[in-house]
Amino acid sequence: MALPQPAEVWTDLPEAERPRWLAAVLDFCRRRPLGAIGAAVVVLNLVAAAGAGVLAPYDPLATDYGAMLAPPSAAHWLGTDAFGRDVLSRIIYGSRTAMLVGFSAAFLGATLGAVIGVASAYFGGRVDLLVQRVMDIFLSFPLIILALAVVSILGTGVANVILAITVPMIPRAALVVRSAALSVREMPYVDAARAAGYGHRRIIFRHMLPNVMAPYLIMLTAFLGQAILLEASLSFLGLGVAEPTPAWGLMLSGAAVDFAERAPWMAVFPGLAISLAVFAFNLFGDSLRDALDPKLRTT
Amino acid sequence: MWRFVLKRVLLMIPTLLGVATLIFFMMRVVPGDIVEVRFAGESAFASKQTLELERKRFGLDRPLWRQYLDWMWGIVRLDFGRSMWTGAPIVEEIKLRFALSLQVAVMATVLATLLAIPLGVLAALKQDTWVDYAVRVFSIAGLATPSFWLGILIILGLLIVFRWLPPMVYTPLWENPWQNLQQLVWPALAVGYRYSAVATRMTRSAMLEVLREDYIRTARAKGLWQQLILSRHALKNAMLPVLTVIALEFAFLLGGLVVTEQVFNLNGLGLLFVEAVAHRDYTLTQALVLLVAFAFIFVNFVVDLLYGVIDPRIRFR
Repeated sequence: MALPQPAEVWTDLPEAERPRWLAAVLDFCRRRPLGAIGAAVVVLNLVAAAGAGVLAPYDPLATDYGAMLAPPSAAHWLGTDAFGRDVLSRIIYGSRTAMLVGFSAAFLGATLGAVIGVASAYFGGRVDLLVQRVMDIFLSFPLIILALAVVSILGTGVANVILAITVPMIPRAALVVRSAALSVREMPYVDAARAAGYGHRRIIFRHMLPNVMAPYLIMLTAFLGQAILLEASLSFLGLGVAEPTPAWGLMLSGAAVDFAERAPWMAVFPGLAISLAVFAFNLFGDSLRDALDPKLRTT
Repeated sequence: MWRFVLKRVLLMIPTLLGVATLIFFMMRVVPGDIVEVRFAGESAFASKQTLELERKRFGLDRPLWRQYLDWMWGIVRLDFGRSMWTGAPIVEEIKLRFALSLQVAVMATVLATLLAIPLGVLAALKQDTWVDYAVRVFSIAGLATPSFWLGILIILGLLIVFRWLPPMVYTPLWENPWQNLQQLVWPALAVGYRYSAVATRMTRSAMLEVLREDYIRTARAKGLWQQLILSRHALKNAMLPVLTVIALEFAFLLGGLVVTEQVFNLNGLGLLFVEAVAHRDYTLTQALVLLVAFAFIFVNFVVDLLYGVIDPRIRFR
């Protein structure tokens, strides 16, 4: 008992005293700098969304007819739009819409898809076949058309946009998670759970779902960027968030195109905000995927 | 092989019927119908009787199940009827629009493929060098750039730098190819960037995987030239997943150009679709959805068949 065990030696070092999550974060930053940059921009977006009220120099809805289509200046860093509204403030507030829609839709789509995928793989047989056919139908349904239909039925607004984006994501997540769940189903612990007499629901939620976390997280991060892009497209078409709510896609529609030559800042900056956010989510997602599952690095 | 083809064709039928059923009922759930939309401006003057009469003309007064069976029976006979809004046969209504969307999709595919395969191969060969990083950043940026924004930037660039705008009126390719290309090359470029980004990433990762295979090492050991190894041994084996994403993107473009068409003011399938929904033109909407879904399913089917042609190891079951 004279010599301490190696494990004890390590616990004496200050580095290991850091909480485990912090160590994991630092490790992630060191190994995947691109992913860390992506994560930083994502955090920046979240901060902008949460603190829009403090960060934005102007009220995003306040019109100023004295300063219509004003070019970028000290007063309006990114210029103003056709109603004299400050573009920077609208972009900052727009991140609220983007983050809300992006996170909700990605989470709902990936989660519902994962549950359907796992259940489909677990039950197998006819249930699986039927579920697969239904998913096929939704997959072959053009995405924008599905969204258009949802918005036509329910009307515009943030909640409906989230729903419209979630629906087409479900079959895509179900497809990926199902193929992972097929191999999980053959694992001894699932047999054991069945032998122990657990119900279907408990086996699906407690035993199988936690074991398809890697593909689930990968789909989730991939969906984040896509959801933001889709929200922008829908808002651009006038099918998403309605004026005067600040949303990036909305800022690009209508007047931005008409005044593009006179006031290019109106068309350039909101698009830049979309691209930067999606770019960051993709960078982060890619690195997370590499870290989580080396086998899936291929795509 | 033929059994496989037959099985796949038979499997398409329930999916298409499902799509047809779904869009039929979806459209009925959407509030309002064509009669209301048409008389919306003058609803104060249109009596209830007029509205009822109009509904009767479109067969909207009949029970839902009759309308549904009629639509299904029409599909079976490949008769899609007439557009409720214009009264023209649906096939006529769609023909020119489809030609436009198809052309843009084909041009974008060609552009994307020409860009993606060399870039992807290059990035894989120079993995973890600055070339690789540049290609990767270029392609991740492509995934992040909304095509409609890129479209706006292209128009803006043409306007500011060249003081020139692409022609506004669509000319079919067979009438005046030059005029036609002048108009359509820009939207193809705008959607082609994202498209090429998807394909570049796939090419790179597939190449990386293939380059580690034993047969590549064998080929190198034999002293084959690099170019031959690349084209005959590596690229051919890496093409399967690349082909898949290219085909799927192509199918997606046929119906998914809605936003880009809006930016470039093109009268393609996407805009037609938005109009059809806005008019509550049931027959036209249903036919369009069926067409786009069919294109998607058909492209998938062709890809599955091509798999077997390219890689004889894959057996059809």
